[in-house]
Amino acid sequence: MMSNLTGAERTSAMLISGMGVVIGLTMAIVGRNDVMGAQGWIVLAFSAVVFFMVANALYHPEPTEDRTTSYYDDPTKVGIVLALVWAVVAMGIGVWVAAQLAWPGLRFDAAWSSFGRIRPVHTSGVIFGFGGNALIATSYHIMQRTSRARMPDQVTPWFVLLGFNLFCIIAASGYLMGVTQSKEYAEPEWYADIWLVVVWVAYFVLYIRTLARRNEPHIYVANWYYLAFILVVAVLHIVNNLAIPASLAGAKSYSAFSGVQDAMTQWWYGHNAVAFFLTSGFLGMLYYFLPKRADRPIYSYRLSILSFWGITFFYIWAGSHHLHYTALPHWVQTLGMTFSVMLLIPSWASAGNALMTLNGAWHKVRDDATLRFMMVAAVFYGLSTFEGSFMAIRPVNALSHYTDWTIGHVHAGAMGWVALITFGSIYALTPVLWHRERMYSAKAVEWHFWLALAGTVIYVFAMWNSGITQGLMWRTYTQSGTLRFSFTDTLIAMHPYYVARALGGLLFVTGACIGFWNVIMTIRHVSKQNRELDHPTSPKATEPVLPVAE
Amino acid sequence: MIKTILKPFAKFFELQARTHYRVERHSMALTFGIILAAGVGGFVEIAPLFTIDDTVEIDPDMRLYTPLEQAGRDIYIREGCYACHSQMIRTLRDEVERYGPYSLAVESQYDHPMLWGSKRTGPDLARVGEKYSDDWQVRHLVDPRALVPESIMPHYAFLLDAQLETDSLPDRLWALRMVGVPYTDDMIENAAGDAVGQARPDSDRVNGVVERYGQQTAVRTFDGRSDMVTEMDALVAYLQILGRLTDLPQQIQPQPEE
Repeated sequence: MMSNLTGAERTSAMLISGMGVVIGLTMAIVGRNDVMGAQGWIVLAFSAVVFFMVANALYHPEPTEDRTTSYYDDPTKVGIVLALVWAVVAMGIGVWVAAQLAWPGLRFDAAWSSFGRIRPVHTSGVIFGFGGNALIATSYHIMQRTSRARMPDQVTPWFVLLGFNLFCIIAASGYLMGVTQSKEYAEPEWYADIWLVVVWVAYFVLYIRTLARRNEPHIYVANWYYLAFILVVAVLHIVNNLAIPASLAGAKSYSAFSGVQDAMTQWWYGHNAVAFFLTSGFLGMLYYFLPKRADRPIYSYRLSILSFWGITFFYIWAGSHHLHYTALPHWVQTLGMTFSVMLLIPSWASAGNALMTLNGAWHKVRDDATLRFMMVAAVFYGLSTFEGSFMAIRPVNALSHYTDWTIGHVHAGAMGWVALITFGSIYALTPVLWHRERMYSAKAVEWHFWLALAGTVIYVFAMWNSGITQGLMWRTYTQSGTLRFSFTDTLIAMHPYYVARALGGLLFVTGACIGFWNVIMTIRHVSKQNRELDHPTSPKATEPVLPVAE
Repeated sequence: MIKTILKPFAKFFELQARTHYRVERHSMALTFGIILAAGVGGFVEIAPLFTIDDTVEIDPDMRLYTPLEQAGRDIYIREGCYACHSQMIRTLRDEVERYGPYSLAVESQYDHPMLWGSKRTGPDLARVGEKYSDDWQVRHLVDPRALVPESIMPHYAFLLDAQLETDSLPDRLWALRMVGVPYTDDMIENAAGDAVGQARPDSDRVNGVVERYGQQTAVRTFDGRSDMVTEMDALVAYLQILGRLTDLPQQIQPQPEE
């Protein structure tokens, strides 16, 4: 794989990873009296591995292929495999965390294995490790295909992919050592945050440069979503992570904001991590792979425009619905609720556009589990956005907030929508990327589909029951006007649902393991097949006419 | 039917589609469009929180966390306690009756970052301070199920054997002052000693702690161990101050929302 880099590219790759070694060593020495030192050794080890992998290929012959005749897919391939590794690990940890709530003895006795420390490993591992790698890998694929152009260079995509994974590793290992800012989904400390900004700027530049080279006059809708994902996540990340480190030799930092302003900033970030990480980017995936797989054009160009700008504009306002009935001023709560309800329109426009695209291809949905993954993902997207708007209404939120209903809602989105569209896309993408005839086992894809769906449904139903039960118990009064249940009474009521939830998660991760196995077997054992028309074309191709009115 | 409803807007949709059809050829137009569209909401909701005066109530008597309490807060964050315990009592009748007066913005004025939380796998802790004895808190943290058989909380017995690291406390207080907590030079300078003093009622450091942080400061051997100041000392000191930095909520005697 490294042999596909030119001599100059190999040199700059070694230079960058060499700098990583130096940074890691500096962190290790400066932070030797702090957990930051241990993080430094991790940075050093990671960079050293990359350095030696490139160094090993330094004197291989230069590549001779003509770069204008093919797309650059090596980083995409690695990204897909990394996404699956993260999926198995992080979902596996999710099952463990869930099991700890049903059987607290499963925490064992280590300091690092408590719920509080491994829960962020699960959340970050799934969102950033699995989701992030899948987004980066598919964006590399899609931006080249829809631009009919190859990426401008071969070092930046590796820098972005590996740099992002380094961020994920620093984050996950840090949580186990107790390094956290406590801001949900933004837990990594200041040095990891700064590193992510560097990686992210490189990602944006790579995306724009690829678009600039395109041989297609129009930028396809999937790219709008990926662009929104890259841009807005950058803004959210920088603002929410503003902090002053206690010392440059230690991991601990203190947020620039406090109290009510910090709460608003955090949930502005938190909710839009859902919007622009877990929705926007994955809609980009949906807009490319669903029509490709179904072999049908997107149902409506105008709905695409409406939903894209609707989502981009409305979502940002919705964060304050996480703070209903709190010390946050009432007017902000009301704004958050209002926009959350309005958000249903562009959300359903997207989901509807996806499902209407399948008109004329429903027989394929029946026969092809890969397309069924995408169809069910669109359905779950519609369901969970409806649920989200509903839960953002103040009186509903009074019941649902602080309970497992929120957890159920998040997992309807994360498992039903994000993970299913990703698995569908990976099954569609793997044979194309590795030039294989098909997936190794169609039956295994079926198995994965049904395990994932069963797991999601069990999980979500368990959490609905648990959340609504607990919410109602908290507010139940006796006839004499006193509270009926103690907090521990509700814990006893939760137990069966926590067991069911762990079971649902176990089914889901079993499916992910099967998927991982299937992809590896496809790469290793399925015979080659060259794909026609999967290469950059000249700009002379004719421009399409105005979109046909629906 | 939808078509009939949308008919009057047909021209508008036509224009919008045509405009977009031209704009979407320019990556920079999309870039600026996205930043603009996504920028409005955050700005309108967040910026006024810094400028509108009555967003946060004013209490001149608001206490600061002592170095020991702040160290305990950092341990609370390190262990991820916020993942299961909220510190925000909402303006709902059952919450006020279960946990106490609803939380005010001023109470987390010096909380960098806030720990309002998002999930109550365990109960709210906003007013847990002095609700239980130090001894109860320590024994509960060492073995939660010994005191509450139904509890699913992880145990934190190791805190009792971990010596509290106090060397970095001046740096930490300095950083907190940088972001707006009014610690004085005196407080920052003596932070490490004050942390030890607060957990050592017999030592001569006590006077300094009380002088700098007020008469109401709890000076106790929180963990019951007199041989060293442990992380358990710090965490329990923090838990015992929760909800007690100001008595404004009790003064206002808030009536729960109907």
